[in-house]
Amino acid sequence: MPQLEIRGVCVHYELSVPILKNIDLDIFKGEIVSIIGPSGSGKSTLLRVLIGLLPPAQGTVSFNGKVVDYNSKTCLKELRDQMTIVFQQFNLFQNMSALKNVTIAPIEIKKEPKKIAEERSRFLLDRIGLSEKLNAYPDELSGGQQQRVALARALALNPDILLLDEVTSALDPEMTNEVLDAIRELSEDGITLIIVSHEMAFVREVSDRVIMMADGCIIEDGTPTEIFDMPKTDRCKDFVGMILSH
Amino acid sequence: MFELAAEQAGMFFTWPNLGYWGRAMITTLTMAALGCGFGFIFAFLLVYFRTWPLKAMIPVRIILTLYVEVFRRIPFLVLTFLVLFGTRGFGFRFSLFSVACLTILLISTAYIAEIIRAGFESIHPNQWEAAAVLNFGRFKTIFGVIAPQSWPLIIPPAFSYFVMFVKETSLTSQIGALELMSAGKYFNSIGISPLLAFGTCLSLYFALSYPLTLLGHRIEKKLKLRFKGKIVKSHEISLIDRNKSHQVAN
Repeated sequence: MPQLEIRGVCVHYELSVPILKNIDLDIFKGEIVSIIGPSGSGKSTLLRVLIGLLPPAQGTVSFNGKVVDYNSKTCLKELRDQMTIVFQQFNLFQNMSALKNVTIAPIEIKKEPKKIAEERSRFLLDRIGLSEKLNAYPDELSGGQQQRVALARALALNPDILLLDEVTSALDPEMTNEVLDAIRELSEDGITLIIVSHEMAFVREVSDRVIMMADGCIIEDGTPTEIFDMPKTDRCKDFVGMILSH
Repeated sequence: MFELAAEQAGMFFTWPNLGYWGRAMITTLTMAALGCGFGFIFAFLLVYFRTWPLKAMIPVRIILTLYVEVFRRIPFLVLTFLVLFGTRGFGFRFSLFSVACLTILLISTAYIAEIIRAGFESIHPNQWEAAAVLNFGRFKTIFGVIAPQSWPLIIPPAFSYFVMFVKETSLTSQIGALELMSAGKYFNSIGISPLLAFGTCLSLYFALSYPLTLLGHRIEKKLKLRFKGKIVKSHEISLIDRNKSHQVAN
């Protein structure tokens, strides 16, 4: 049974402009799925639907066989207990240090003992190379460091599924590599990852599956080799050809 | 006028009279502090409920919005008389001091609520989203994430509003409440030169409000130092982020 089932999901923004059109997708446990495509194709919108920030106008999302009720706070809470997201702009809490950003949810929401939560958070921050920045506030950290804190914050909740929404887009190449290294390690942990990224070499390296989206639709879905070396549709060929030529 | 003031200065500046002025000063400050202090608390609660996006809260939001819109547009003096005669009409015999405090509370709640609401709305929507995806409830989001980031944006104008109200309390002299303006009227009514009576009144209002203004500046500086993070404001979001910002399914 797929861990995530997306059936016929449609999303409209204001003035009924369709952003997602009839998305059908299955994600299996432990898969690393990358979503690529031009800007405005609906990749980030799809992640926002999955994490419950945006209800679909039509269609359903099921997690472990249970349909997500977007009108139910309890249902969304259960979903977010098992799934979390790292945003492009980090979205760290500006009034909290790096350590506090990572520990606050395990302590306040999951009600973990403070000592255990702090130990685990220190371990996570150390793992991603931020053991010396525990008491730094977000404005005292570089973009790459902030993004790694955001990763640690997401991992501190032990999610079954981790969504990564263009986590390197706001970073320079050096910081990008820092974050990609951290994600590369994650990919070996067996966690289900859904990655929206423009880093094609990275996508090709870590992904089990690559989905190409354009104009709110899934154009192609296959292994990295199928998408990058043997694209079937002209849209996908054009996109892959353009990015590989750079 | 100046000659009269010079003649009366000796009998005006006596310890009993200074004591009277002192009590009037304390009353003025206490009235403004109690009214605005409780007004701040009620304003916070008002904003908490007024910005709750649940459908079931729509009637509450309408009532609270009406409250803010009405009480921000009523002259303080008119409301003071309404509160005085309204409470007595319902059988309550509040002291004039209590009537004044209650009036200040009603108006300051409305004004400070707008300051607080603007403060909350100045915080980037991504802070709300980050809290939502971590399963923070509304209470935790507002008290743990949004309010701490909003204090530097809320407290300075709210404190300035309090300092302004120290002067506005002069209008309560119209209902006979004892404060600085009524003290000035009293001395003038017993034959003290207007220059002495109201000049002293003016000086004491300044003596009250100027140190408070300086205190407000100090509080503002301390808030900026204590709050080490950068306040991420809504107007800093990019066009792309603006398109992504939607009401959180909360």
